[in-house]
Amino acid sequence: MDDFKPQIVAFCCTNCASSAAKVSHGMKKALPDNVKIIQVPCTGRIETLHLLKPFEEGADGVYVAGCQADSCQYIGGITKAAKRVAQVKGILEGLSIEPERIDVFHLSAGKGQEFVEVADRMVNTVKGLGPVLTAPNRN
Amino acid sequence: MIVAESKPIKELLEMVKGFKKILVVGCKGCVTVCNVGGAKEVAILASTIRISGKKEGLDLVVGEHTLERQCDPEYIDELKDIIGDYDAVISIACGVGPQFISERYPATKVFPGVNTKFMGGAVEHGVWSERCAGCGTCVVHLFGGLCPIARCSKSLLNGPCGGSSNGKCEISSDVECIWDTIVLKMMEQDRLDELMEFRPPKSWTTARDGGPRKMIREELVK
Ligand code: SF4
Ligand code: SF4
Repeated sequence: MDDFKPQIVAFCCTNCASSAAKVSHGMKKALPDNVKIIQVPCTGRIETLHLLKPFEEGADGVYVAGCQADSCQYIGGITKAAKRVAQVKGILEGLSIEPERIDVFHLSAGKGQEFVEVADRMVNTVKGLGPVLTAPNRN
Repeated sequence: MIVAESKPIKELLEMVKGFKKILVVGCKGCVTVCNVGGAKEVAILASTIRISGKKEGLDLVVGEHTLERQCDPEYIDELKDIIGDYDAVISIACGVGPQFISERYPATKVFPGVNTKFMGGAVEHGVWSERCAGCGTCVVHLFGGLCPIARCSKSLLNGPCGGSSNGKCEISSDVECIWDTIVLKMMEQDRLDELMEFRPPKSWTTARDGGPRKMIREELVK
């Protein structure tokens, strides 16, 4: 399992997570190259289908990185995204796929280090689970 | 609208186990409005089935199609050129849909993707509530425009039972006692005396109890 490099898709809101990404870039904190970033104006726009499609296309994990719940510019974007992530966790469970393969993280705009930490954390979690194809059947 | 909810994915996958080509058919009517069976939900279910296929190492073909309605034969006809390409069809319309598809395409194996719940409406975003039990002879005007048949747990017609408490029904504190609401409304409209009139037992022959129902409008029949 050691050489398994999980493919991860991260949906990030332009306001918070992406500015954190810029800061991390400035700090020369490298984001793992197996994390593919998709920027969205607000995480509230991310629909259930958007979260499922990466799994359909072969991703091993997906996460949403957005604002703190009380600092979303569009009021409730990240809260909506968190509910959809919870819905997809339920769908994955129904398929006997570990729900830990999808998650949501609340970041602060200036904290580049946090942005990289979250990516690393997700890579490690999914690495521990292995590829979706060999996910153990759980009842 | 008719309100439905998705069947658990595990149950659905068990139903279509062994089928390699599956068509998911949605409906743009009620089930689109209650976010359970429209084009969006067709895409979500199809994607979910594909992911399960990937996980199990199965080579599944999952098609998607959403009809204007599944309760009119002319729209069901629209499937005629594609339905033959599939071994199984999952309809995510209300219970009418899978039956209309089964009747029109006798060779096709059809599965219901949703559980049809009730006739009602959205009381807030994401919350639906029952309003009508389809009794066939509407009497809501006698009760301040509110239906005790669909909304009282015992379908009482002559006032609340002894279990009504602080506006809640005795079956659960989550259920409104509609009789409490009816009485308050009639008081507000200064019509409380109308509730004193005895309502004899309703004839249920016009409801489902009278057997499967059919309606014929001669002026519309070709
Ligand atoms: S009285 Fe009958 S038709 Fe009218 S709302 Fe109630 S159940 Fe429906
Ligand atoms: S408490 Fe109210 S709603 Fe419940 S059964 Fe009695 S009258 Fe009907």
